[in-house]
Amino acid sequence: MSRTLSMLQLYLALIAGGCGLLGLAASLPTIGAAPLMLIFFAVSALSLLRLVLPWSFWLDGVLAVLGAWALIASLPAEGLMPLHHWLALIASWAFAWLFVERLAAAIRAGKLPETGTGLVIPLIFGLALIVIWEVVTRGASVSPVLLPAPSAIATRFAASTGILWADFVQTFIKSVIPGYVIGCVAGLLVAIAVDRSPFLKAGIMPIGNFMSALPIIGIAPIMVMWFGFDWQSKAAVVVAMTFFPMLVNTVAGLNAASTIERDLMSTYAASYRQTLMKLRLPAAGPFIFNALKINSTLALIGAIVAEFFGTPVVGMGFRISTGVGRLAIDLVWAEIAVAAIAGSAFYGVIALIERGVTFWHPSVRGGRT
Amino acid sequence: MNRILPVLTILLAIIAIWYAASVWMNAPWQTRLNERADLANVPFTEFVAQTWAQDKPVLPSPHQVAGEIWNATIALEPTSKRSLAYHGWITLSATLLGFAFGTSLGVLLAVAIIHNDASDRSLMPWIIASQTVPIVAVAPMLVVGLNAVGLTGLVPKALISMYLSFFPVVVGMVKGLRSPEGIQLDLLRTYDATPWQAFWKLRWPAAMPFLFASMKVGIAISLIGAIVAELSNTAGGGLGVRLLTGSVNGQTVQIWAALFIAAGLAAVLVAVVGRAEHMVNRRMGVRA
Repeated sequence: MSRTLSMLQLYLALIAGGCGLLGLAASLPTIGAAPLMLIFFAVSALSLLRLVLPWSFWLDGVLAVLGAWALIASLPAEGLMPLHHWLALIASWAFAWLFVERLAAAIRAGKLPETGTGLVIPLIFGLALIVIWEVVTRGASVSPVLLPAPSAIATRFAASTGILWADFVQTFIKSVIPGYVIGCVAGLLVAIAVDRSPFLKAGIMPIGNFMSALPIIGIAPIMVMWFGFDWQSKAAVVVAMTFFPMLVNTVAGLNAASTIERDLMSTYAASYRQTLMKLRLPAAGPFIFNALKINSTLALIGAIVAEFFGTPVVGMGFRISTGVGRLAIDLVWAEIAVAAIAGSAFYGVIALIERGVTFWHPSVRGGRT
Repeated sequence: MNRILPVLTILLAIIAIWYAASVWMNAPWQTRLNERADLANVPFTEFVAQTWAQDKPVLPSPHQVAGEIWNATIALEPTSKRSLAYHGWITLSATLLGFAFGTSLGVLLAVAIIHNDASDRSLMPWIIASQTVPIVAVAPMLVVGLNAVGLTGLVPKALISMYLSFFPVVVGMVKGLRSPEGIQLDLLRTYDATPWQAFWKLRWPAAMPFLFASMKVGIAISLIGAIVAELSNTAGGGLGVRLLTGSVNGQTVQIWAALFIAAGLAAVLVAVVGRAEHMVNRRMGVRA
């Protein structure tokens, strides 16, 4: 079986097994202190047998999970983690990598189906990151002001859902959504209007391209002065940030339909309106959705940053800036988690709609987007 | 010529609208000022001139902003704390450092991704997910956190810029390094080329157009990252600080001037990357 391992896999296996062996030796003096850890070290050391015996990669996966479990179970309530436990972190990380490496090789060789297992790999990577974060912050007793452990963030999240929900409503529902809708619709309509006049198009396109590269977020203080502290000013910032990417992408997209397709429409005696609705807008779909996706992130950023320049006493940006001031960093991270979930969900919804609407496009038909 | 004319027309239209808007938006306050000063029946032309010359206007007129930019850059010593050249330099250096970090990280990740299936599968979804996290919105907080560890000055701001600018580079470079076709890779295999040679002689040159396209996006967003990161630390200086202090003191002219300097900086940076692209293309024998 050892012949089926690549060089990288072999090194990883040696690191994992070696750390297991070293850890086993180091935990012998304090035997019985952390039984789970001892078991993990013993099995890791046994995994060196893979050099002579067959060793399924699922066993590597199980070992990685066992290592993570042992690490978290034996984390000290306070103070530093025993030195040799760091070996377990390294071993466990090496097992996870090895597992992913061999799983990917198996998928590529066609031994495993793509669907399902393809999702496992990124999931393992994410979980590994969280475990390492947890172990490092608690094991090395990193100050919670600097970086709280994920478990502390999760507890805070669960304890203050009321505040988080109020902030979410203020920032996301009241500022982001209206601003996003107004900005995108305005960008789309202006693009369609501009598209009719080559002169306007030649004039607006360079300026639009230029504007979408600018730090438009800087207008946030001006908008707060003009529209007041409440959500209107945040929505205005979002409108300004989302308008130009939409304009530029839609104008580019309206040119995506080829001449031969337009000629076909004109042989049908299709009016401008019919050509637009039945050919050019659908053909612009991928471009418009590209802008919608870019804007989904920009909108959230715009609303949160605008809140730094003045808000009523609610909102994600407000909570973040005051949380930093009061050193309530776990609340800040809980707020970041909300922003991350909201941002990813927003993006995901748009990507799903895109798959439904532009089902004909090669990038969607090809499977992975 | 037929490209400049439409752009100029639109620009002139924007400036005209701006002047009109600044009359309209500043008028209520000017009327009140005139009432307080017992000035009745101010002629319309004089009233317009007054709205364009307010001290803290709601919307400063273009020539006020231009005058402020002139005063704060050319007319002042570049070392003065009020000079926009000084603050612009602080922001620029953070942007460039972050951009350099971000581009290197992006290229390294892209190389890892194309050479290793497991890292492709495990990293790519998270790289995409990382950009749906509005990290720039928490940038000021991260800067405070990093200051607490002892990282001060440019580096924390540059890290934020790096986080933003690595993404377009990874995505572009993965596409670019994979752009050579199978037949070209096969040819190199028939030459018995090592993977190293295949990388430097085929994949890397083929990825150049993608790299420059990504770098243009990357440098623009690194500037945004640097400006937002400055919002937390008013002592450090930078264009973001000018925006913040202008907002606190109601100095609208100062905000607009800082905004225009930032815009100019973005334009220059993108143009520099474009120029570098042109030069590399020439060296590689691409006909423009």
